[in-house]
Amino acid sequence: MNSERRDGPRATGSIVGTVSVPHLIGRLMRPLPLFPIQPILGRIVREVACKRPELFERLGPHVRSAFVIDVNELPFVLLLKPDPAAPGLSALRRGPSVRGDATIRGPFMDLFRVVDGRGDSDALFFSRDINIGGDTEAAVCLRNALDDLDGSIVEDIAAMGGPLFAPLRMVVSRLRALEERT
Amino acid sequence: MNETFAKPELVCPAGTPAALRTAVDAGADAVYCGLANETNARNFAGLNFTPQALEQSIAYAHDRGAKVLLAVNSFATSPRAQLWFDAVDLAARLRADAVIVADIGVASYAVSRYPGLRLHLSVQAGASSPEAIRYYCEEFGISRVVLPRILTVPEIDAIHREIPCEIEAFVFGNIGMMAEGRCSLTNYVTGVSTNMNGVCSPASDVRYVEHSDGSTAATLGDFEIDCYAAEEKTGYPTICKGRYMRPGREEPYYAFEEPVSLNLSALLPDLVRAGVSALKIEGRQRSRSYVHSVVSAYRRAVDDVAAGRTPDLSTLAMLTEGGKQTQGAYATKKWR
Repeated sequence: MNSERRDGPRATGSIVGTVSVPHLIGRLMRPLPLFPIQPILGRIVREVACKRPELFERLGPHVRSAFVIDVNELPFVLLLKPDPAAPGLSALRRGPSVRGDATIRGPFMDLFRVVDGRGDSDALFFSRDINIGGDTEAAVCLRNALDDLDGSIVEDIAAMGGPLFAPLRMVVSRLRALEERT
Repeated sequence: MNETFAKPELVCPAGTPAALRTAVDAGADAVYCGLANETNARNFAGLNFTPQALEQSIAYAHDRGAKVLLAVNSFATSPRAQLWFDAVDLAARLRADAVIVADIGVASYAVSRYPGLRLHLSVQAGASSPEAIRYYCEEFGISRVVLPRILTVPEIDAIHREIPCEIEAFVFGNIGMMAEGRCSLTNYVTGVSTNMNGVCSPASDVRYVEHSDGSTAATLGDFEIDCYAAEEKTGYPTICKGRYMRPGREEPYYAFEEPVSLNLSALLPDLVRAGVSALKIEGRQRSRSYVHSVVSAYRRAVDDVAAGRTPDLSTLAMLTEGGKQTQGAYATKKWR
């Protein structure tokens, strides 16, 4: 008995018709320069690294690898360097100059679910919603490191204080609400 | 459906302490896991437990009435056997509820050093006849056998009547080669195997290469083992689930087996009637989200079956490998 799967409803973060929150954010950010985002990203990665040192243990030999996180809807990619001595997360325009040891690409909501500990990355990989390239072992180690966290990094980010994070908290809250409804 | 049953034990996977806690919270009766080394059959990058994490995890499970079974189920090779013996020592010291073994040297060490330590015979041992199982019981005091996924339900029923130990059967997840415990396909390409090194298709040897037409090639070492069209679903990048060209065929085909997941939700009552007392979910390499979904669904199903209700596991199809599911050899030997 072999049977094709029956897909259930998938959360895309849709708010009206075909427009989604991630698409909306992506469109709004497209004309903007990237430099205002960099300090926010820098603070996120530093605080997460400080609060979650166990992440580095599971990364093992890939703790100093560079990961390109390519979110389909955003007008830039993220470059993550989890190096415990100098953790880095920065936004870069897409292009051949962006190089990392491993690349993880997918829709915003799917990557959001995985980072939030609510998405099954293997199922998303099997369905081709998430794609990985480059050093597969590095990508697998990052997945396993994120998966072993109590709570989620999204919660950590949402809990960060300061005026820069107020709109981010609102977006996270909205995305989680959308996800839970679907 | 009004027949009621004794409730079988639900045995669930955990690749990380977070997954173990998730499984326990979702209703697992027992969780199986392994150390972060070659002593178990899921020795994947970034996965598994340190001794300290195992100690904390056992405490977490025991506090909530759940058991922890330590898989020490790869095959020890000289001169490295001490690594497997150390794992057994650790399980005994931390009061794991059982050790899952395949290697007779490891089993012999465990039963001679720790006569009170409960031993389960791993699926890796490939014991599929009453004679083989009885031998393990008599020589090593095996309390439970995990049956290879090559037997029909009537065959399990017949074995149950002739053996002195409990039976554990896989009910959900990745389904492996039909001759379990003796797969050396990846040895050919990578030099390591599940049975000897605990890892099949190590991620360090796997690459995914996107082509301009949207297809993606999966390579293992120097070999391309599959190429997925743009919208095509994928499976694990293992040789046994690759598609290959050969003379006389125009299209690549699954030479060994297809990417497909076992799902025996519809056979649960039959399995319990056949004497299966523990139901095993595969997937120590999977995420805690997967563990939560599958364990929760099977917890409800087992409770439904025990109470004489019809279980509903339709949602599990979404979590299957390649988007396909099968009842495998449990339903028919001609399942491929």
